[in-house]
Amino acid sequence: MSEHELIPSQAPAAYIQHHLHHWAIGHGFWSLNLDTLLFGALTALLIAYVGRRVVARLSSEAPTGLQSLMESLIEFVDNQVKESFHGHNPLIAPLGLTIFLWVFLMNALDLLPVDLFEFAGNHLGVPLQLKVVPTNDLNTTFAMAISVFFLIIYYSIKVKGFLGFGKEFLYLPFGKYLMPVNIVMKLVEELAKPISLAMRLFGNMYAAELIFFLIALLPFWAQPFLGGPWAIFHIMIVPLQAFIFMILTIVYLSLAHEDH
Amino acid sequence: MNVNATIIGQLITFWLLVWFVMKYVWGPITSMMDARSKRIADGLAAGERGKHELELAAKRSSEVLHDAKQKTTEIIAQGEKRGAQVVEDAKHSAKIEADRIIAGAQAEIRQEVNRAKEALRQHVAELAVAGAEQILRKEIDANAHADLLEKIKSEL
Repeated sequence: MSEHELIPSQAPAAYIQHHLHHWAIGHGFWSLNLDTLLFGALTALLIAYVGRRVVARLSSEAPTGLQSLMESLIEFVDNQVKESFHGHNPLIAPLGLTIFLWVFLMNALDLLPVDLFEFAGNHLGVPLQLKVVPTNDLNTTFAMAISVFFLIIYYSIKVKGFLGFGKEFLYLPFGKYLMPVNIVMKLVEELAKPISLAMRLFGNMYAAELIFFLIALLPFWAQPFLGGPWAIFHIMIVPLQAFIFMILTIVYLSLAHEDH
Repeated sequence: MNVNATIIGQLITFWLLVWFVMKYVWGPITSMMDARSKRIADGLAAGERGKHELELAAKRSSEVLHDAKQKTTEIIAQGEKRGAQVVEDAKHSAKIEADRIIAGAQAEIRQEVNRAKEALRQHVAELAVAGAEQILRKEIDANAHADLLEKIKSEL
């Protein structure tokens, strides 16, 4: 597929097909999307590195640049947690911050020109097949959503006990005479949480990326007029989706702590 | 766009990142921020306390000043009183001394007078005896009439 340079406007279907494929090895379930793993790890490393750097130069009296940013982010996340969650759980707030930062950075990769790496690779004689944005891959969004899902189950059982959590399945929301309906409702409710989390983020990023591909199919003189506004709009989508994922995680985990 | 083993890799990355952020980023920064807000609160409390103490000190100093003024007035009044007393005492003791001296002098004068009278008496007696002797040389025996002479002497 990537043996030759694709000219978008000459073979639009092939161009888009090309961009929807991962740099993958293996077959079936046991294949690995190396591009997702690589860029996921790189953004994670960036967060860890910057976080460490800020901590190493932590100044109580005169916070500068990155530290101020990190402090306001931490305060922001902490306030969100305090607003919706009244118990004490040392995991939720840092988890929320991590989700926000990681999703934000991975989404932000969408703002890189779609053909940047492949263009550079082709010119260096290394044909690349890269799908850069990790949140554009269901594996990433589901990895986080499933983590959140298991945390919900874990804390529900931990706080309400196995019986308490079971009772919620049996008696809510319609009382004990509609037990089968209750079970179905509760199952749907719980399963909808991770699926909606994962699909919302994936869908947004996938659609946005697809529109960048479509814009790339246009003649070069038309691209800035559509690509520019779409990128600017995207600047809003990037943090918004990160924020939504974070806030829903916090809300879901708070609900898991609430006894009915 | 299907789910495959990549999800395992992303799970590992995600949880490593969560662990790292929680332990090495969130923890130190929030504890620093907590310490800072505590220090600010302490500082404000100390400031408030300082203000309060200043007010107390001002009140105390004015009290001390007031006391000192009162005491000074008292001491001056006492001093004046004592001065007057000293003068009074001095006058009194001077009067006593003067009286004493006067009395002594009068006693001495009286003594001198008595002594002079005694001496005069002696002289007069002697003169009288001598006169009488001159007149009555032959008849009067000094020894025989000693009793008489003593009587006369004592009557003088």
